[in-house]
Amino acid sequence: MAELKKEQGPVDATPNVSEVETVDAVTEAEAVAAIDAPVSQGEPILQVRNLVKHFPLTQGILFKKQIGAVKAVDGISFDLYAGETLGIVGESGCGKSTVAKLLMTLERATAGEVFYKGQDITKLSGRALKAVRRNIQMVFQDPYTSLNPRMTVGDIIGEPFDIHPEVAPKGDRRRRVQELLDVVGLNPEYINRYPHQFSGGQRQRIGIARGLALNPEIIICDEPVSALDVSVQAQVINLMEKLQDEFNLSYVFIAHDLSIVRHISDRVGVMYLGKMAEIGTDTQIYDHPTHPYTQALLSAVPVPDPSAREGRERIILTGDVPSPANPPSGCRFRTRCWKAEERCATEEPLLAIPERFVSAATPAAHESACHFAEEKDVVHAA
Amino acid sequence: MLLEVRDLYVEFHTREGVAKAVNGVNYSVAEGETLAVLGESGSGKSVTAQAVMGILDMPPGKIAGGEILFKDQDLLKLKADERRKIRGQEMAMIFQDALSSLNPVLTVGQQLAEMFVVHRGMSRKDAKAKAVELMDRVRIPAAKERVNQYPHQFSGGMRQRIMIAMAMALEPSLIIADEPTTALDVTVQAQVMDLLAELQRELNMGLILITHDLGVVADVADKIAVMYAGRIVETAPVHEIYKAPAHPYTKGLLQSIPRLDQKGRELYAIKGLPPNLTRIPPGCAFNPRCPMAQDVCRSDVPPLYEVDEQRRSACHFWKETLDAR
Repeated sequence: MAELKKEQGPVDATPNVSEVETVDAVTEAEAVAAIDAPVSQGEPILQVRNLVKHFPLTQGILFKKQIGAVKAVDGISFDLYAGETLGIVGESGCGKSTVAKLLMTLERATAGEVFYKGQDITKLSGRALKAVRRNIQMVFQDPYTSLNPRMTVGDIIGEPFDIHPEVAPKGDRRRRVQELLDVVGLNPEYINRYPHQFSGGQRQRIGIARGLALNPEIIICDEPVSALDVSVQAQVINLMEKLQDEFNLSYVFIAHDLSIVRHISDRVGVMYLGKMAEIGTDTQIYDHPTHPYTQALLSAVPVPDPSAREGRERIILTGDVPSPANPPSGCRFRTRCWKAEERCATEEPLLAIPERFVSAATPAAHESACHFAEEKDVVHAA
Repeated sequence: MLLEVRDLYVEFHTREGVAKAVNGVNYSVAEGETLAVLGESGSGKSVTAQAVMGILDMPPGKIAGGEILFKDQDLLKLKADERRKIRGQEMAMIFQDALSSLNPVLTVGQQLAEMFVVHRGMSRKDAKAKAVELMDRVRIPAAKERVNQYPHQFSGGMRQRIMIAMAMALEPSLIIADEPTTALDVTVQAQVMDLLAELQRELNMGLILITHDLGVVADVADKIAVMYAGRIVETAPVHEIYKAPAHPYTKGLLQSIPRLDQKGRELYAIKGLPPNLTRIPPGCAFNPRCPMAQDVCRSDVPPLYEVDEQRRSACHFWKETLDAR
């Protein structure tokens, strides 16, 4: 794989991500071989470049005419390294779940690329796409609706083997499913039970077992614990961390709960209206945020410590998130930003290390899409 | 005291047996005070509130005992029409899901105005003017135009503001907010909680805040009641409980949430699941999940021990819990 080349300064929209080394696969067989090749720890396994997804808005019944588009994801780029957890946070409607669907190839991207081991998965089809899908699995938010109530647990967890029979031969499947149940901390004897016989936390374990069935390398988790009670959340989070170590998984962890994301993530990306506002390690984002939106978001999170009530500065944003069908010009956050100036309306800020921090050895030196990036601690009490 | 719930019991008769949702709950709220009732789903926090409001579905629900004293009057002894006069005028409720609590085929103005027409006997025109005033008060921009819009035309945060406006309309002395911000994004949650706290201060209302979010509680509450399996397991002023919980369940909850301000190690997880309310374990309901459980916990239901003047803990070993920090 390519060596990590780090360019400095805001050269283009994605200066701080490593260059993608594409494998010019001539045949499908070569593509499959590239996809099945192992990736060593710390190498980029997934490279997203200028990914765009627009949902058309149409008018008319018989003769549909496109009158606009909901710009759910509007040009985002990031890398996912093998064995790491990348957290993606943002308010509802910012496009984080659409990103998950694009990475899963459940939606076709409008533009941009998603490279999985050098293969652009947005352009793959047939056997190669099937191989990719085996390696990228998903855990859904709602454990009540993501499991078929008419199927037994054994059938639910074993269903991926019907599509990818090469992973587990027919006679071996029952044993494999029981193994998976054991791995996620459920009694293997429950194999013939139905989803309604389990609690929310147990159901989420079933969802995780299904995600693990095909030995994937990447698991996309879309709000995996937000439907669970506090005491059960901790159990599931601990399980996910244990499984990551055990099977060397890479997670894309999408959630709106900023505390949980900090706990589980190595790096965190903050999304706003289809764009990435800021991305960095958990310390860079939480302790040294430079984008005003990140600062507002973090300061709004109530901390479970009443003595921090007075000591923390709170930035209360006014208004709501603008419609993604008609986002503001320039910086998308400017309509709610207290720092906004004329420049913000005309010139779109690029996601890059702010110039003033480029050569400084400070945790503030991470990518932030703001003309007036400035470090501000909003998490810790003064 | 504005509201005092005394030894309240609520049960639900279901096909699987009698579910004991509330088992002897005591709490009180004074004017201008905020009580947070904290608990997981099925802990009985919402059922208690519904009993106070008088909106419990009966049957299958049944109030099996206790008193609800509101301004020294036992609400459970009142007739249905007397109760109705108190609801809305004297106490009001804010629900979690504003979209399903508002009528989708009426404009928000009509729904707000209805309060004044029904309770105050105002004319439609005056009532509508009042509705605009209310919407201004909860800071909905362009209230004059938006009063004629339908609930689906508002964002989640704006809808919750309308719910707050509706609850405040007749200036009640008690507000019960059942998970008012759970469905909202954090930035909007902060706006809504701020508004609620401000209006509460202005009108000197009592507020019961029902939530599972330990962060929100720490932000706004004066005192906390922690519920588990239909009982209050610990009550305390908000500062003390976060500093040194006196019940292993509270302690477990506090340790199981990740922190925003530090990375932290592996989360402490309370083992097992909350009990099935038709089969609550004998003794302390928390004993199968408790790391400190002894034989006495499996046989004797712990009373609410007095920890100090303002604190109570329903744990036989509250002293040990306090000491082992």
